[in-house]
Amino acid sequence: MHTDSEDNHHPGYDYLYSGHIPTTRFQKTLLAIGSGITAIVDPARDDMVSAFGETTGYFALQRLREKMLKDPVGRQILEERPILNSSTLDIDYLGSLPENTFGKHYWKFLTKNGFSPDARLPVQFVDDDDLQYVMLRYRQIHDLFHTVLGMPPHMLGEVIVKMVETFQTGLPMCALAAMFGPVRLGPVHRQKYFTTYLPWAIKCGSSAKFLMAVYYEKHWEQDLQEFRQELNIIEPPPGIGRKKKNTENAS
Amino acid sequence: MAAPMVKRSSLIINNIFSNYIRKNISKCKRSISFSRVNGGENTSQTHFGYENIPEDEKEERVYKVFENVATKYDLMNDAMSAGIHRLWKDYFISKMAPTPGTQLVDVAGGTGDIAFRFLNYVRNEDSESYNNQDRQSDVETPPELRSISESDEISESGESKTEKAKSFVTICDINQAMLDVGKSKAENLGFSSETCFIQGNAENLPLESNKYDVYTIAYGIRNCTHIDKVLQEAYRVLKPGGRFMCLEFSHVTNPLIQQLYDSYSFQVIPVMGQVLAQDWKSYQYLVESIRQFPKQEEFVEMIRNAGFKMAKYENITFGVTAIHSGFKI
Repeated sequence: MHTDSEDNHHPGYDYLYSGHIPTTRFQKTLLAIGSGITAIVDPARDDMVSAFGETTGYFALQRLREKMLKDPVGRQILEERPILNSSTLDIDYLGSLPENTFGKHYWKFLTKNGFSPDARLPVQFVDDDDLQYVMLRYRQIHDLFHTVLGMPPHMLGEVIVKMVETFQTGLPMCALAAMFGPVRLGPVHRQKYFTTYLPWAIKCGSSAKFLMAVYYEKHWEQDLQEFRQELNIIEPPPGIGRKKKNTENAS
Repeated sequence: MAAPMVKRSSLIINNIFSNYIRKNISKCKRSISFSRVNGGENTSQTHFGYENIPEDEKEERVYKVFENVATKYDLMNDAMSAGIHRLWKDYFISKMAPTPGTQLVDVAGGTGDIAFRFLNYVRNEDSESYNNQDRQSDVETPPELRSISESDEISESGESKTEKAKSFVTICDINQAMLDVGKSKAENLGFSSETCFIQGNAENLPLESNKYDVYTIAYGIRNCTHIDKVLQEAYRVLKPGGRFMCLEFSHVTNPLIQQLYDSYSFQVIPVMGQVLAQDWKSYQYLVESIRQFPKQEEFVEMIRNAGFKMAKYENITFGVTAIHSGFKI
């Protein structure tokens, strides 16, 4: 009954991993364009941001995997594949930690902003199981980047984190978000961004240790400033709203 | 979504994914099986797109598809067909050429595209015939006859001066989400008094027999599990002399056009579904289900088998869509 060409035969959902939707090169290109436009026009469509990242990230993900394999902790992460979600994270335990710890700061980040560690979308369009995990790991530790960099989740904070991520991951999605994001900033934030935070983000992103090869789950109890020093992260400039100040934490 | 373990041609994999395929795949692979297969012990199987599933699962799977797409249904139709589906539906109604007073049942009619076009058509018919009467009558009605003709003119809707029955559409759909969209559209367009929305299964309609002048099913029958039962029900609810009309995606006859159509369907439409409706899988199902539907000749034979006479079909746009029709005589 079927006379359509072989190219149109779908190898099946969940082909390489649960949630996988195999796509041809043409479909990826089309999806990249469509999702890119939609993500700019309607930033609330986080699934489009994800799709854009997945369809344009092939080379960056390959490079990330190679870099992770060269690092002993990175290799361990790739082998063990830790996942951050509400069943692997004990939120109450994080809340019980002392004030200065990395875990407590992350807990504050989640609870003050009403975030759930489950909110990150699963990967769909990456046609490799390892690379799919790298993409997923990047997505899941994004909130941890916010904590380690001391950036709130408002537009300015997001742009700054994306700039650091651009240097750290090389993902086109991060670069484009960092480039287009400032367009949406108000004048005060934009000025702050260009004079203070952008130089800091560039310096920080390029000189910090390889942040994808950090086993964050093993550092909850560590003092945050000590952790930052270990990671070569320069203390963020004041005025962005550190976790201790309540006033600037509202997104 | 569980994927059954079945064999798969490695040639097809290599064609598409030679760069990406890992050497040791231990995951389940999905089958691509085209014909209806009678399953092992107890359950018979049917197709859901290119997937093989137990028959009794199909209804629920289809229900979920349309529940997911309901709010974006009209937008996606416009995007996928570049608005051409509107022309197809207009043509369908013009082929029906209904007269005012027709009782229509539109099955799988969810968002109301056919119903509203039908009502617009008969409303225009009404006003045209009324205008014609005006123009034809160049003599005033004499006083002794005026009371009789005046009582004829009294009608509740005020639309038709000569017909007693009002044109009416019963829209039946198995999916409540689609019906909800249709209902609110009817309200916005002012069709509420000429329509009613009923939830029901095309294979077992909650409607009386011998009641309707025309039965339509537009882009719905390919989603039904048992097409023969749908046709039998259509026959039952139609009045003697009533007309069955089906508008459905069909098989393209020209090989060159078919290649273009297939490439467009499989390469572009699921991506559109993901971008516009956040739903790749429903639109993948859509393009696969079109290929699974019987060809024009086979379907017209099924219509004859259900008892319809003068069964015929007409291809539109190279067979991308076809209108099938039959009469209960």
